[in-house]
Amino acid sequence: MKGFFKTWEGLLLVILIATMAANALIVPEFLTVQNQINLFTLSIEKAIVALIMTYVIISAEIDLSVASVMGLAACVFGSLISGGWNPVMAIAICLAVGAAAGAFNAFWITYVGIPSLVATLAMLIGFRGFARVLLEDRGINGFPDWFNGLARDPLVGPLPFSIVLFIVLLVILGYVLHFTSFGRKVFVIGNNAEMARYSGVRTARVKTAIYVMSGVIAAAAGLLYAARLSSVRGDAAYGFELDIITMVLLGGVSIFGGRGSMLGVVLSILIVLNLRNGMSLMNIDGHRQTAVIGVLLICSVLVPNLMEHVRVFFSRPTQAPAKAAGSGAAPTRVE
Amino acid sequence: MMSLLQKVHPQNLRLIALAIVLVLLILFFATQIDNYLSPRMLNRIATSAALFLPVAIGQALVVITRNVDLSVGSLVGFLAFFMGDMLGHYDLGPVLTIVAFLVLGGCFGAINGTLVSYGRVPSIIVTLGTLAIFRALLIEYSDSRTITTDSMPKWVADFPQLSLFTVGSFDLRMTVALALAAALVFGIALSRLRSARKLYAVGSNPDAAIMSGIDSKRVVFWAFVLSGAMAGLGGFMFLVRFGNITVGAGLGFEFKSVSEIVVGGVNIFGGSGSMLGVVLGTVLVDTLENSLLRWQVISEFWRDALLGMLIILAVAADTFMTRSFTRLRAKKDV
Repeated sequence: MKGFFKTWEGLLLVILIATMAANALIVPEFLTVQNQINLFTLSIEKAIVALIMTYVIISAEIDLSVASVMGLAACVFGSLISGGWNPVMAIAICLAVGAAAGAFNAFWITYVGIPSLVATLAMLIGFRGFARVLLEDRGINGFPDWFNGLARDPLVGPLPFSIVLFIVLLVILGYVLHFTSFGRKVFVIGNNAEMARYSGVRTARVKTAIYVMSGVIAAAAGLLYAARLSSVRGDAAYGFELDIITMVLLGGVSIFGGRGSMLGVVLSILIVLNLRNGMSLMNIDGHRQTAVIGVLLICSVLVPNLMEHVRVFFSRPTQAPAKAAGSGAAPTRVE
Repeated sequence: MMSLLQKVHPQNLRLIALAIVLVLLILFFATQIDNYLSPRMLNRIATSAALFLPVAIGQALVVITRNVDLSVGSLVGFLAFFMGDMLGHYDLGPVLTIVAFLVLGGCFGAINGTLVSYGRVPSIIVTLGTLAIFRALLIEYSDSRTITTDSMPKWVADFPQLSLFTVGSFDLRMTVALALAAALVFGIALSRLRSARKLYAVGSNPDAAIMSGIDSKRVVFWAFVLSGAMAGLGGFMFLVRFGNITVGAGLGFEFKSVSEIVVGGVNIFGGSGSMLGVVLGTVLVDTLENSLLRWQVISEFWRDALLGMLIILAVAADTFMTRSFTRLRAKKDV
């Protein structure tokens, strides 16, 4: 157990407890169950997408189009509802649209060989464009009450559907990532895609599966966003990709792939939400909150690096022979 | 044909392909839009591309070193607002203003560069953070005001109409000349200057670059400083082009600049790319945007959807062509 606090997840847990304690000290009502649920529902869509983004980034790719897929799904839903469709059918179609969007991304990335940063950047513009085409500058509301209640009305105990979905997805995706062969493949691909291919991993197939999942989950999150606001517009979920990626990277997932854990991502989601919630209770406006999270993101990588530097500096005598023999590249780790 | 293929460097083949795509695009829109091939349209596209070109140049320098700068959009916005506000109080005159933009931008770029090079934090994380931080600075500073050119010296409002020279009904606007001059300077530097070649060395193989005695940290640091300075020039363009600056200034420039340079053949994984490509890529994307905007057949809402698809198609075509050209060359060599 002692070793746990030296890991990234342990550090995140300490930060989380510190944030929650600070919040509770400043604002007494912070620790009530209702406030914690409220805080969670406010950004639940981002948290849900962050879970699958963990897969994408561990496989050493990126999906910048998630927020646009969220917007697209929400807009498809809006236009189907205003066209008089059955809401359940409309939801099914939206999820299918998400899957198609994911498959579309995967096609360019795995078969054509376009870097994912470029392909999903283009579709960040493209999918958002399609969302705008559907609704132009109309706003659509008048969804059924049960739909609007998905992010609000208690379903299991005090938890609304959106939080239940988050927990279910977390359990499934966490299990698959850490305890199944599929999860191992994701890590192997992220570590070294060439090696994975030579050792018989069907990298294209695994990546396609990840992107399709990413599309479906983003679409589901887009629908929850529409439910929470009880309305959709062409700019639904605009700019969410940055927050989602921040949550994943802060969780200790390496941007170069191959490293990370679901536990870290969940802790970082909780930290980000608690920080935002605490700052809102202290009347700090949204943009300052985002800046604080930006600083936190940079520090999360910078501080451990600097610590390493300090450690190397103070253990220099033992370091010297290794350095003379070494390449002179990155400092050798002193254990 | 084969011998021609042997002589032309793959990098240049890519540029030729890009130029062909651009010409085809212009010919296509000429059949669709009335008065398309007119000096007025040319001016419109040129001034639009001039606004984005400096940012794309800076982005290209960073991407060549195998990094990315996502903070440029926020930086353009902050500098445009901050300097606009300053100009309301002190009239610096055009030259000093541009210098101030470049220096301020360079200072902000140095923050990114320090964190990436000496803090060893991946650039995507640093600039994702500073994207949020610079934008927050702007919002904090602006106090949700909007500044207009009315409060600034008169030359600011006149600057976009200023022409360097006029040939017939075509005139080369000052802003276009500035952007082209920046591209020319960096283009010559990238192909001729030893210190600029280091950008490619670091980007194509960081370990080898270090082994051969290149201080890769310093090279990456300076790439970010220059990217910041170019974002500063972009901020100046933004200020003079749009009369009023709000907190939303420069939003999305980072994504646009990345797509422009990628269309222009800069490898997103570093190590290759040319200034001519960056100019062509920027012109291509802006021609597309402006033409789609004026195309009667489609509504304005289709613009982004088509733009995204066309960017991906352009990159795919480029990937295919480069791959098959390389294969053809390899066959010949055997």
